[in-house]
Amino acid sequence: MIPSYVPPKYKVEVDPNKCMLCERCTIECSWGVHRREGDRIISYSNRCGACHRCVAMCPRDAITIKENAISWRSHPLWDIDARADIYNQAKTGCILLSGMGNAKEHPIYFDKIVLDACQVTNPSIDPLREPMELRTYIGKKPKQLEFDFVEEEIDGKKIKKAKLKTKIAPNLKLDTPIMIAHMSYGALSLNAHLSFAKAVKECGTFMGTGEGGLPKPLYPYADHIITQVASGRFGVNEEYLMKGAAIEIKIGQGAKPGIGGHLPGEKVTAEISATRMIPEGSDAISPAPHHDIYSIEDLAQLVRSLKEATRWKKPVFVKIAAVHNAPAIAVGIATSDADAVVIDGYRGGTGAAPKVFRDHVGIPIEMAIAAVDQRLREEGLRNEISIIASGGIRCSADVFKAIALGADAVYIGTAAMVALGCRVCGRCYTGLCAWGIATQKPELVKRLDPEVGAKRVANLIKAWTHEIKELLGAAGINSIESLRGNRDRLRGVGLNEKELEVLGIKAAGE
Amino acid sequence: MEEVVIDAKDMHYKELNEKIHEVLRKNPDVKKIILKNVLGQRFIGTGLQKKDLTIEIYGIPGGDLGMFMNGPTIIVHGNAEFAPGNTMDDGTIVIYGSSGDVTAHSMRGGKVFVRGDVGYRSGIHMKAYKDKIPVLVIGGRAKDFLGEYMAGGIIIVLNIDEKGNDLGKVKGRMIGTGIHGGAIYIRGDVDRDQLGVAADIKEFTKEDLEKIKPYIEEFCKWFNLSEDVKNRLLNSKWTKIAPISKRPFGKLYTPDLM
Ligand code: SF4
Ligand code: SF4
Repeated sequence: MIPSYVPPKYKVEVDPNKCMLCERCTIECSWGVHRREGDRIISYSNRCGACHRCVAMCPRDAITIKENAISWRSHPLWDIDARADIYNQAKTGCILLSGMGNAKEHPIYFDKIVLDACQVTNPSIDPLREPMELRTYIGKKPKQLEFDFVEEEIDGKKIKKAKLKTKIAPNLKLDTPIMIAHMSYGALSLNAHLSFAKAVKECGTFMGTGEGGLPKPLYPYADHIITQVASGRFGVNEEYLMKGAAIEIKIGQGAKPGIGGHLPGEKVTAEISATRMIPEGSDAISPAPHHDIYSIEDLAQLVRSLKEATRWKKPVFVKIAAVHNAPAIAVGIATSDADAVVIDGYRGGTGAAPKVFRDHVGIPIEMAIAAVDQRLREEGLRNEISIIASGGIRCSADVFKAIALGADAVYIGTAAMVALGCRVCGRCYTGLCAWGIATQKPELVKRLDPEVGAKRVANLIKAWTHEIKELLGAAGINSIESLRGNRDRLRGVGLNEKELEVLGIKAAGE
Repeated sequence: MEEVVIDAKDMHYKELNEKIHEVLRKNPDVKKIILKNVLGQRFIGTGLQKKDLTIEIYGIPGGDLGMFMNGPTIIVHGNAEFAPGNTMDDGTIVIYGSSGDVTAHSMRGGKVFVRGDVGYRSGIHMKAYKDKIPVLVIGGRAKDFLGEYMAGGIIIVLNIDEKGNDLGKVKGRMIGTGIHGGAIYIRGDVDRDQLGVAADIKEFTKEDLEKIKPYIEEFCKWFNLSEDVKNRLLNSKWTKIAPISKRPFGKLYTPDLM
């Protein structure tokens, strides 16, 4: 066997003066870092991914995890990651897998955008006293409303009554512009999904199934669930399409634009096989393209076929990765009968992606939202279709900025997982998540209590919703509708002229 | 009224499909719907659930015929466009002519019989689960990428012309690229270099013949083929193409914890 050459990334130390040898860490660590030897806990640092489960669970606070930087000769170009990747590939000859989103130090544009507030003229609004409207409708809106005027006799008097003539397309009604992103059952555990489902129901919003089908225990929450149709068509049948509140076609994903998905056979357990409707132990491959889509017209055909299958009663979204061509694609989507375009930025997480894709393919979500919104406006299509932004939304300010840049609503994925305890350790692809989130191992899954999980996720959504109301009030706006695409409320700090132009915002001081 | 005729002349696909739904709503006992003058209307039978319903189509239906369908039988007296049987759950589609690309795409159950040829990428990503085993029987030949990414089910290529005569050696390339479940049976010889990555030629056994026999018999019945032809088909040389492994790309990615 070829040796690894890669020294441990982290250093795990157990303080023998604090440790009481309860052996909890040996059970908690699903990666097998800790082992008892005699009257000591021995830790194999090279297996540690800094998921912090042992640290959080040690009753004596005896465990310390540090970055093991000293073992490498420092170099500005050949950094630790670059060298470790080469050692690993020289050992395995394989494509490197990774989890979560882009881990490179690219500029985070959200952090270079600041919000504006009112002072004296157009005064700010107190959200504690005034109602703040966060209700959002996702779906097609009519260009204009037409009415029929009919004369009716009421109490002997003839009264002209207006009746709405325009047919309004089915929309999703959100109490807050925050939804939970599509993460598949298979990549995530059932308890993680249950936590999300209970939380979105409580908060009056929606979650996505991802491409893994809809597990039966989620059926009671189906009217808060958006089902997904990906190239693998896993778990897709008429019942599945009818069950959800809306359908999303996944063309691309921010974490891995241009490639498909692949759930390895060893993770296809009995439950996953029943939900995806494939045999146990067989690979679940979603190839990069949909087999029936080779043009924007083909995409329109799939949109329409899903509408036909659901008798034109469910909104259909199309999700694409944020790539430089996103605005042109969005125009195509807008003309296809689709109700919303979802743009997923390169910070968007994933259970497993080739590392080279995660870190190098795609563009920042901030740029993509602004460019798509702008282009749809120019084409006169913006009001025909909703924009949902996802990929790296970390706080209520990010939500606010995304909406001001042109989105109708956002999807949060990683943030919702962090609410459940996820440490963004990036090893979801191993299926050993010690927090019971990205795993199917029953002993790990049961670590996540769906009731507690739901509370934590609902708390997060509610907290952000409060903050958004405060931010709206400060901006002197009392409805999220008035924030959408309102880039006047944004200013750039430390951005060059081109970046400001793409984002469509002014520099601070202007 | 067990039989209803709809004249589809100059009808938009939405109108036609709505008509079909209306017929079924008003008359749940209807057993047969005959569609006349069909010319490219898409999504006929999409999502339909009724097991004892037959839809007979005269003309050429458009794409995604019987998509997500669960139960009915559709008989097409003519050719069909692309993707008949797309993600179909159960039921039967019988096409007297030929059909376009991606025939039986991601089909999950039921049967599709095509008397003539099928286009590119047919049977792509067909999958199976427990007793749901989709079957695609092609009378003539398939274009390239037959059974690509196939994850389950059965594809049978009979390789005969309208009269039942042999068409000679099949020409398709990249057969079964990425196949990881199910099997493709082609009558006659297939060269290894016609196969795609992950596909393999396996021994055609007695069990295989038993497996495909009922579908060949059903094909002959639908299209009125003689006993002679049927016996010749059953007694021919068959090539079985099946996956090398259930996990064709397992070795492509980094093992857990290097
Ligand atoms: S959990 Fe803490 S106290 Fe218990 S054995 Fe591990 S290090 Fe010691
Ligand atoms: S889900 Fe689990 S494995 Fe994935 S990053 Fe979070 S803690 Fe790590």
